[in-house]
Amino acid sequence: MPVPINHVLVFSLLLFAVGMIGVLTRRNAIIILMSIELMLNAANINFIAFSRQLNNLMGQVFGVFTIAVAAGEVAVGLAVVLALFRNHDTVNVDEIHIMKG
Amino acid sequence: MVIWSRNPVHSAIYLVLSFLSVAALYVLLEAEFVAAVQVFVYAGGIMVLFLFVIMLVNLKAAIGPRVRIHATISGTIGLFVLGSILYVYDRGSAGPAAAGRSVLREGGNLQAVGTAIFQDYLLPFEIASVLLLVAMIGAIVLARQKI
Repeated sequence: MPVPINHVLVFSLLLFAVGMIGVLTRRNAIIILMSIELMLNAANINFIAFSRQLNNLMGQVFGVFTIAVAAGEVAVGLAVVLALFRNHDTVNVDEIHIMKG
Repeated sequence: MVIWSRNPVHSAIYLVLSFLSVAALYVLLEAEFVAAVQVFVYAGGIMVLFLFVIMLVNLKAAIGPRVRIHATISGTIGLFVLGSILYVYDRGSAGPAAAGRSVLREGGNLQAVGTAIFQDYLLPFEIASVLLLVAMIGAIVLARQKI
């Protein structure tokens, strides 16, 4: 019994919403990065689900590429957080306002 | 729970849980290779990175107050966007899955994905490797002692 795609899409939508609420409400830079990972995962679930739905392998290939890009993004993002913490002693994004615009 | 825990370490552990659940969902969707990659890369690599940085960064400074008027406003915005997407979603419906012989299963999922990557998508694959190299160099440069 295959999983209906509608349920998968609703799940990915909920995951994306959780990630977005996390980005909007939390002020800890590390947790914001985690929420971004959640949103990337939700998009990935959509890729895989439609790959199954349309009987097309492209979605799975793109899923693998998305995971690679997410890994690179996390590495750079955490390096930025580390540099910020060294220079400013905080990871709260509200207290980091060196770029006055 | 990832976004509700006040302690970042608890958030990270819950994040592992959600990554593993997503990997199980991939198995259900007949994407075993992507599920394996998900477990290796996310639950293995990225979580170690997160925990490492959380340990490096001072925990006392990281734990802050949770509810403020600002957070309430942005949470409301997030819930509103969720509701509107759900409303749009409710008006359409997808048909049944495509019938016929599944290309996803031809000679096993791993072989199918591998053939696709190394024949049809070879150039994007190489570009992804260059991207990872650039990310690695960038992370090392950013995280050096003197920036």
